[in-house]
Amino acid sequence: AVNGMIKYEEVVIDNCCMMFVKNPALFDVLVMPNLYGDNISDLCAGLVGAATLVRGIALAEAVYGSAPDIAGKNMGFECLFHEKFGKSNCFTAEWCSMLRHLNLHDKADLIQNAILNTIAEGKYQTADLGGKAKTIEFTNAIIDHL
Amino acid sequence: MTTARSIIPLLNRLISRSQPSRSVTYMHRPGDGSPRPVTLIPGDGVGPLVTDAVEQVMEAMHAPVYFEKFEVHGTMKKFPEEVLDSIRKNKVCIKGGLATPMGGGVNSLNVYLRKELDLYASLVNCFNMRGLPTRHENVDIVVIRENTEGEYAGLEHEVVPGVVESLKVITKFCSERIASYAFEYAYLNNRKKVTAVHKANIMKLADGLFLEACREVAQKYPAIQYNEIIVDNCCMQLVSKPEQFDVMVTPNLYGNLVANTAAGICGGTGVMPGGNVGAEHAVFEQGASAGNVGKDSIVAQKTANPVALLLSSAMMLRHLQFPAFADRLETAVQKVILQGKVRTKDLGGSSTTQEVVDAVIDALD
Repeated sequence: AVNGMIKYEEVVIDNCCMMFVKNPALFDVLVMPNLYGDNISDLCAGLVGAATLVRGIALAEAVYGSAPDIAGKNMGFECLFHEKFGKSNCFTAEWCSMLRHLNLHDKADLIQNAILNTIAEGKYQTADLGGKAKTIEFTNAIIDHL
Repeated sequence: MTTARSIIPLLNRLISRSQPSRSVTYMHRPGDGSPRPVTLIPGDGVGPLVTDAVEQVMEAMHAPVYFEKFEVHGTMKKFPEEVLDSIRKNKVCIKGGLATPMGGGVNSLNVYLRKELDLYASLVNCFNMRGLPTRHENVDIVVIRENTEGEYAGLEHEVVPGVVESLKVITKFCSERIASYAFEYAYLNNRKKVTAVHKANIMKLADGLFLEACREVAQKYPAIQYNEIIVDNCCMQLVSKPEQFDVMVTPNLYGNLVANTAAGICGGTGVMPGGNVGAEHAVFEQGASAGNVGKDSIVAQKTANPVALLLSSAMMLRHLQFPAFADRLETAVQKVILQGKVRTKDLGGSSTTQEVVDAVIDALD
């Protein structure tokens, strides 16, 4: 079934980069090939503040190339993070995605709220978010908020 | 942090006002003042609007250039030979964008021109303009992009229906000459750092070769700092800390993305100047997204931003060794932007192209 209510448009990648940095609100969902996706996702990450706040999911397709088989086979979760950053924030957000996928929404919500509250409170922030806390301090803060 | 950063531009302004600026001491050879011919290609979409702006301003300044105008459109099958001959004779061209139809196997005439004349370096200068506040400050980046090979080699074929192979070609020869251009540019323009942008972790051979060439050239310029950055991290750094970049040298596709991103953070492709240059010729056009000919509504309402092409024409005047004219034009444009009264829609205003041109002509001294 095709949902006729979704607007579709195409944009050339160079124009897209430019529009993105000027007014990211213009975009909703973006689909693109590998290399452009690599760039644009890091660009988005930079815009929202840090790579560690962005999470991504890679769903491997079933062997015969049909739509992703979500019955539990061939799933991988990929974290969007850059070598220098890669802190606990990103991984815990990844677990949220996986928990939702497994229909454990209430647990996922708990963790997500804990992360958001910790960041909002501002007392423990890792270097990429402008603070000085260590990974373990940040993680403990999230646990405290649970 | 904000107080310290906002004081420095203010101080700069005070200093420049108190010290009388020294006049340009360009000692010419007799005869240098005779008018030089420049090929002009209005192009498609907003092209004719903005090239007309350049013509008007050159006329108002009595600049020693005259234009040989040629009609070229993106829908043409081939680039007219007479236009190529004109550019080969004049060595310098200024053009608006040529619309490229999407898909369908029709190659871009913009790309064709660059390959035919071997304009191997594309240059975009992205910098903060006074009076145009953006999210970042102290940005002054020059993106030097390889213009002839890489992902734009144009070598695609359908292996079997539904499977397409696209060849990215990287050669030592092209990588070396673009790296040499970048370092030479940095040297001649008193720039401190050159950053090579790549994805050699994935494309180990192709981008690896590019990096090898850059490293070799870097050794010949020990006074200029050299570093490398992966393109995805580069995009992220550009939007969070662009002040760390100075000159950037990139292969073809990454250069396209990086130049447009950098242009976007400084105010958009409507204001950033640039051009393409090779060993024999130079073609000046809007800095980034030069092939973007704008929406029909902008053409109809005549609200295209001429600033980018005006600043590119100033670069052209300097290239032709008319530095005083270049300075006058740049100063006038910067004054108009600083005053902020006359601006086209992409900068948040509602003026037409003609109004901006009139303001620039008024601001000329």
